[in-house]
Amino acid sequence: MNKTVFLGALTVAGLAAGASAAATLDDVKARGTLNCGVTTGLVGFAAPDANGVWEGFDVAVCRAVAAAVLGDANAVEFVPTTGKTRFTALASGEIDMLARNTTWTFSRDTDLKFEFVGVNYYDGQGFMVPKALGVSSAKELDGATVCIQTGTTTELNLADFFRKNNISYEPVPVETNAEGQQQYLAGACDAYTTDASGLAATRAAFENPTEHVILPEIISKEPLGPLVRHGDNDWGDIVRWTLNALIASEELGVTSANVEEMASEPTNSPEINRLLGTEGNLGEMIGLDADWAKRAIAVGGNYGELFEKNIGEKTPIGLARGLNAQWTDGGILYSPPFR
Amino acid sequence: MAQEHFAFVRSHMLPEAPPPAAERGAIKWLRENLFSSAANSLLTVVSLYVVIQIVISAAPWFLNGVWDSPSLTACRDILDGNMGGCFAVLTERWNQLLFGFKYPSELYWRPGLAFILLFVAGAPLLFYKLFPSKMLIFTGLYPFIAYWLIWGGSILVPVFALLGVLLGVYVYKRTVAASAGMAVIAGFVAALIFWILSGFITAPMENVLAIEAVPSRDMGGFMINLMLGVVCVSLSVPFGIVLALGRQSSMPIIKWICVVFIEFIRGVPLITLLFVANVVLAYFLPPGTSFDLILRVIIMITMFASAYIAEVIRGGLAALPRGQYEAADSLGLDYAQAMQLIILPQALKISIPGIVNVAVGLFKDTTLVSVISMFDIVGMIRGPILASAEWNGVYWELFGFAALLFFVTCYGISQYSQWLERQLQTDHR
Repeated sequence: MNKTVFLGALTVAGLAAGASAAATLDDVKARGTLNCGVTTGLVGFAAPDANGVWEGFDVAVCRAVAAAVLGDANAVEFVPTTGKTRFTALASGEIDMLARNTTWTFSRDTDLKFEFVGVNYYDGQGFMVPKALGVSSAKELDGATVCIQTGTTTELNLADFFRKNNISYEPVPVETNAEGQQQYLAGACDAYTTDASGLAATRAAFENPTEHVILPEIISKEPLGPLVRHGDNDWGDIVRWTLNALIASEELGVTSANVEEMASEPTNSPEINRLLGTEGNLGEMIGLDADWAKRAIAVGGNYGELFEKNIGEKTPIGLARGLNAQWTDGGILYSPPFR
Repeated sequence: MAQEHFAFVRSHMLPEAPPPAAERGAIKWLRENLFSSAANSLLTVVSLYVVIQIVISAAPWFLNGVWDSPSLTACRDILDGNMGGCFAVLTERWNQLLFGFKYPSELYWRPGLAFILLFVAGAPLLFYKLFPSKMLIFTGLYPFIAYWLIWGGSILVPVFALLGVLLGVYVYKRTVAASAGMAVIAGFVAALIFWILSGFITAPMENVLAIEAVPSRDMGGFMINLMLGVVCVSLSVPFGIVLALGRQSSMPIIKWICVVFIEFIRGVPLITLLFVANVVLAYFLPPGTSFDLILRVIIMITMFASAYIAEVIRGGLAALPRGQYEAADSLGLDYAQAMQLIILPQALKISIPGIVNVAVGLFKDTTLVSVISMFDIVGMIRGPILASAEWNGVYWELFGFAALLFFVTCYGISQYSQWLERQLQTDHR
């Protein structure tokens, strides 16, 4: 009998959660703030500065959505989540969306009942070695000792890569990125492997970053993107198309500098006009006003500007665009048309 | 008389001569403690060498330390290849380490004042012989003052909370003659009902005598560790006493509730309870209810510490000779009087080392909240500070500072408890 009561309570809780999930947009508007899940801190992607203001590449997505929906890029309540608490925070309704460098995988999309709305950063596992080692390709790492975080997918990817290339390696297990950094610098391992963006950030913190190289091989696919709950497709559409608006605006040449001017009157390009609401009624179709995309872009600029400002080559992290360039520039960023 | 026949007679006392040089002062101490045998001498020399080596190699790190620089790279430029700590991260992020990154900076004086008042409130409790007992009134009011200072908002909330406590005490006093166990429960229920009802009054009057409110989510830094440590230890001692007495009760229901509670909590790791507080509760509460995260964590840590303290106190109770209980009975005291006047004062004295042990362990365990994405001092270091582009890569300075703060606090607690034991020493040793 107790079991029945327990299950009943679960069902009620589930129904209630479902009911609230069905109108996330209304909830957000009524609340006046967007609850956005971010990491507790990852260089370049999300971290509060000395004044406590959240900054970073993932944070920019949250701010763009808040600007599109609420008209205020600062109307965001950032909810810091760890790798362990992020999915429950989203599933329980504590946050409206999660922008926390989360890899889009099959089971997270289907089994965990989330909806990935796109990819804002294509990452992949890479290797870092000291320049003094004289290695220019990961395939030359035969017999090397490799520092690797235990219990992660990177560990499995590493084993696969070395087996596929029929070379041997000696794993040096580490617990955290900080430990890996120390072990690598102390010479406990020849190479350090983790996500390429993480490698770049780690290298940026070194005393002599130029003495280390990141090898060109990327041995896994880690598409990182924002996600929302299953079951509220209208809300998912808003987040998806806000992200697409950021990507498309770079392709179309709309920047934070010229967005006001372009939105003030119709331009020669019909797609820009539809995006910025001077033509057609795209905003209305997703339950927002005509200026939604203009506000989202005006916050921090288009995708390219955000990339340059937070993680690009001029920042200490110094990531190249690589895969994350527009499809017209040899990358795989490709926003569906605004039509 | 025949004095002149003696060759020599001392007519006055010689002044006391100091002991020989080898038998006094530092030399004696050295001979006895460091060079008492060949093996000990060897060990002393080797240890001395190691200590000197450590000091020599660590000294430049402290002496060359950079205390003023905007970022790690700038700091390394200043050091220019020399060894030295980048302590600038501590000066630049000082406020974040203490208060978290979102507590409004113009309000730092409020938690600061609460911290100073903590000593005023604690003094008459901790050094009860040195301070007038009237100061205990302030101690009783302190939790409510501190709450108001740290969280802000309307003064009605802490006032009604205080009234609820007073009502609970009143109900306890009225019913304690009938049954002590029932009186505790009745007092608790009365206070709870009062608090729930007062919620309807305070909710619409949230601007009465209000100071700027700070939500729990904005708190962080060492402040959280101190808050959790102080609140949970001071709550868990009374709860622990109740549980320990309940476990020894002759009433089966009370006894079994206490036994099950204690054994269950002691069988579960603290971090599991914290995950329950943070993650699992969210599934069971209706969506939209925001049950304050700090409150959830305080409840869980208090439950955890109460179970341990209950067992420590049970040890103290068991150590008392049977005659003490019988003496109390023969005086005609009822249960509550016997416990208050005879049993608990002795049992608690025996339990002090154990309670302090739990308190110190608990205080350090508060850093576990960083795992459930609360920004206590360790959470601040591991999250925002190490993730900022300026300070990514500074480890020793930050964690050393956190360790220093914890060491100072825990060492202070342990020194106090040793002093207290000496004060209370009444046995015939």
